[in-house]
Amino acid sequence: MSSNSVTLWLRPFTARPIALAGLGVLVATVLAAVFAPWLSPYDPYAIDPLIRLTPPNVTHWFGTDQFGRDTLSRTIHSSRMALLIGSGVVVFALATGVPAGVLSALFPRLGHLLMRMVDVLMAFPTLLLALGLIVILSPSVGTVILAIGLGYMTTTTRIVYGLTLRLRAETYVEASRSMGAGTAWLISRHILPNLVSPLLVQASFVFAFAQLGAASLDFLGLGAPPDIPSWGNMLAESRTFITRAPWLLFFPGMMIVATAFSLNLVGDALRDRLDPRFRQVFGEKG
Amino acid sequence: MSGNVILDVRDMMVSFSARRAGRKYRVQAVDGVSLSLAEGEVLGIVGESGCGKTTLGRTLVGLVQPDSGNINLKGTEVIGAGGSGLREMRLNVRMVFQDPNASLNPRRTIGDSVAEAADISGFFKSRAERSAAIAATLTAVGLNPSFAARYPYELSGGQRQRVGIARAILPTPSIFVADEPVSALDVSVQAQVLNLMMDLRDQLRLAMLFISHDLGVIRQISSRVAVMYMGRIVEQAGTRTVLDHPLHPYTRALVAAIPKPDPSRRILGAIEMGEPPSLFTRPHGCAYAPRCLMASDRCLVDVPQLRSVGADGRTIACHNV
Repeated sequence: MSSNSVTLWLRPFTARPIALAGLGVLVATVLAAVFAPWLSPYDPYAIDPLIRLTPPNVTHWFGTDQFGRDTLSRTIHSSRMALLIGSGVVVFALATGVPAGVLSALFPRLGHLLMRMVDVLMAFPTLLLALGLIVILSPSVGTVILAIGLGYMTTTTRIVYGLTLRLRAETYVEASRSMGAGTAWLISRHILPNLVSPLLVQASFVFAFAQLGAASLDFLGLGAPPDIPSWGNMLAESRTFITRAPWLLFFPGMMIVATAFSLNLVGDALRDRLDPRFRQVFGEKG
Repeated sequence: MSGNVILDVRDMMVSFSARRAGRKYRVQAVDGVSLSLAEGEVLGIVGESGCGKTTLGRTLVGLVQPDSGNINLKGTEVIGAGGSGLREMRLNVRMVFQDPNASLNPRRTIGDSVAEAADISGFFKSRAERSAAIAATLTAVGLNPSFAARYPYELSGGQRQRVGIARAILPTPSIFVADEPVSALDVSVQAQVLNLMMDLRDQLRLAMLFISHDLGVIRQISSRVAVMYMGRIVEQAGTRTVLDHPLHPYTRALVAAIPKPDPSRRILGAIEMGEPPSLFTRPHGCAYAPRCLMASDRCLVDVPQLRSVGADGRTIACHNV
């Protein structure tokens, strides 16, 4: 039974090799983040001026930066920051956006109030909002999560609000109400289960964009403290060496693109798995 | 027609507020309807779209709040009573919906959908009792108990409607409100579902309010028929009396509109009906007068009230019959 359900979960991935590749990249990134100290060939902070700006070679696969630090080790350690900020933003956006959206749709008076507040927040570009908040609060990892998360809370609220309005009008919700269901029952049995798959897709997007946003903030010097390795920080530090040492930008840049792209592929595949109407299609293929 | 009355509705009024062209209107969807239902009796409600028959059904299952009127269920007043009276009504009066595809949550198993009313009211003491009840209910509607673990997308339209019916008989109610329960189904499946409903009526002694615009279906299943027009009942009597000898001009037009195998045998006085007047601008007198061939001056100013005419408990609201 359990091996059977595992294959059922993997089926949308095996049916689409590119989604499987995306899953592979993400799993590798998570493993790299968890086992960073053991996987890194060198200390990411160790400075060695004698070998500064060495191109990729046998001893330093990804080359070294202007202080002679090993780029491979720094790239591996940076995945920790990427995952921390990405998942932090997703958790924040869902934990605030889902209740706000569902309750706004079910209680119109509250909805008018909350959705107007969301409108105000949405009037600011996400990055500008984040910049403003970071300037007001002091820069730290938590501030970055809050600053980016606030921007994606608004889109999550909007999406959940719209979906819940539609679900609320479904005949099966009406049937449930005719049998005496209260608000809590409707939310837990009818609304939330139908929100899972669109939210999973939304979460994968938020994760991807949060990472991009964090990289942008790092690049501008407003994100993670510069001594912590992160892909954005690496880009920021090495941009002046772009012609002399392009590998310094290539590897962190590639990781940003690869993780964001993989997240989207996996999000799509998971949506197909969670939607019962798609299960049949994959069942026939398998 | 005989037997003890279990549902008695008196002077029910239901209205909605609507906004059109910036002005607020009150739309009187149900305008003083009275009806009663005896144990095991099937009352057909017919009428064209927008006549208030669906609103009437939705009010009886508590989806719409009536403005005024009484609903008496097994001797207890439901409206105005506290939560307990309403809960009693929720379990006793159950609805079968028109579209079996839309009325089942695609993400809940058939078993969960069937047991929903019981789960909401905390009916089951144990999981074993619950799954036994689900299996028994699925068997009662002619489905294999193994369907409990399936999802709606795995079922055909007819099977889904059987699930819709199963959901409405667990725990066993005393009244069904069926709103066009077969009009979304293939004709061959319609007959099966109708037979199932009639079997259940006999086995469970269900009373049924059967809402439909299909007079053929109504003739098959109903013992009595009430004809609704713009929120009011205009004629009510035994099914054969109404459909074979309609007296109200509106009923005659409805009956005449049934496609006949032999087109030359049309009922005399049949007319082309045209559109009903807008609910926003209700006529002063009889609401049917603008479309009625028999309308006299009185019909334009004086609203006809229901009165008894002839045998078979017929009541009719028309000045000229």
